[in-house]
Amino acid sequence: MELVIIAAAIMLGMGALGAAIGMGLLGGKLIEGTARQPELGPMLQGKMFLLAGLIDAVPIIGVGIAMYLIFVVAPSVA
Amino acid sequence: MAGENPASTTEYIQHHLQNLVFGKLPEGFERHTDSGTEILMADTWTMAHGASEAAAMGFWAIHVDSMIWSIGLGLVFCWMFWRAAKKASTGVPSGFINFAELIVEFIDNSVKDSFSGNNKMVAPLALTIFVWIFLMNLMDLLPVDLFPKLLMMAGVEYQKIVPSTDPNITMGMALGVFVLMLYYNIKIKGFGFVKELTMHPFNHWAFIPINLFMEMVGLLAKPFSLGLRLFGNMYAGEMIFILIAMMFAAGAGTGILTGGLNAQLFGESTNFIFWLVIFGLVCGVCWMNLKEKISTSKTILLTLGLLTIGGGVFALGGGLMQWGWAIFHILVITLQAFIFMVLTIVYLSMAHEEDH
Repeated sequence: MELVIIAAAIMLGMGALGAAIGMGLLGGKLIEGTARQPELGPMLQGKMFLLAGLIDAVPIIGVGIAMYLIFVVAPSVA
Repeated sequence: MAGENPASTTEYIQHHLQNLVFGKLPEGFERHTDSGTEILMADTWTMAHGASEAAAMGFWAIHVDSMIWSIGLGLVFCWMFWRAAKKASTGVPSGFINFAELIVEFIDNSVKDSFSGNNKMVAPLALTIFVWIFLMNLMDLLPVDLFPKLLMMAGVEYQKIVPSTDPNITMGMALGVFVLMLYYNIKIKGFGFVKELTMHPFNHWAFIPINLFMEMVGLLAKPFSLGLRLFGNMYAGEMIFILIAMMFAAGAGTGILTGGLNAQLFGESTNFIFWLVIFGLVCGVCWMNLKEKISTSKTILLTLGLLTIGGGVFALGGGLMQWGWAIFHILVITLQAFIFMVLTIVYLSMAHEEDH
């Protein structure tokens, strides 16, 4: 049962890692794009938020499942 | 309320994650009630008491709370926008009409940006999806214990007030979008749709099975990911709200004065009203300060005093965390509604494109 905690940790960590890399690339490219063509800024920002939401979904779902594992599946360990 | 005991913690979470289910219990099912075990003589249509009964109901069960809240919120949306539309004029808009115009314009622009076909239905559909999902998600910002507790007092055992944390609702909406996708694909493209499914990546008759498989996976993944994304986000958010609420409750149990006093005064079950009174008093004090009836230093002292009585620093920490997560969640709520809407528009737009 203790392995559930490890599973939750991996889930949270890897999910956050992937999303963080994705978000970093996304934000960096947004700033690059806006610096080259400032007039496109608002349009790019809207698209950035859409993609940020798409990227955000995976780790957030991971957090939900991890919390479920820790507090419902294996509460005696926590 | 939850304490240090893991069993009750688990129970608390599971209680919060259980829908109010109405369905058919099969013949011979053993029901565990307060008065003992009862074996059903015939198929019975009833409300489920707990997860095991809900599971025994199988397919013929309906989540009453999800249905009531989602349909109710849909009606609220219709009524509000209908009123705004009736009052709209060429003059300067005010109040809610202003807000409604803002939303309609925003949706209109999104549709213009990403929808290339010619269809009058897409913009209203996008508006409905956006506002409806937003309202359903907004239920997440209400305190997690408020409605379940109030309804429990009225005799309703389970209540999940956020319909979008129910996969049935989100997958149902995704299915609706999927049906529209198929309809417009067939209506606009006709036989071209079949051609698109069979001849797409590799344009040769020998590749038809491979093409069909790949295109089918792509087609089916769309509604699946659409529904699951919304569900996962809202479910995770709700889960974190519940966990913070548990921390809040545990903290209040160990409060400086409350631990003993509260148990002496009320026993265990009336904690909730006690907190509500304290919460009301704190809000009242803050409001008095806003209206400049009392000075800021007095406000801080009174608030801290009330919180000490009501549950100490832990509760304050829990409250602040709840508040912080709620503020972050406002972004998630809006973003998920927006994403669902944009993806619907994009999918329908793809259904309207003759060849790509």
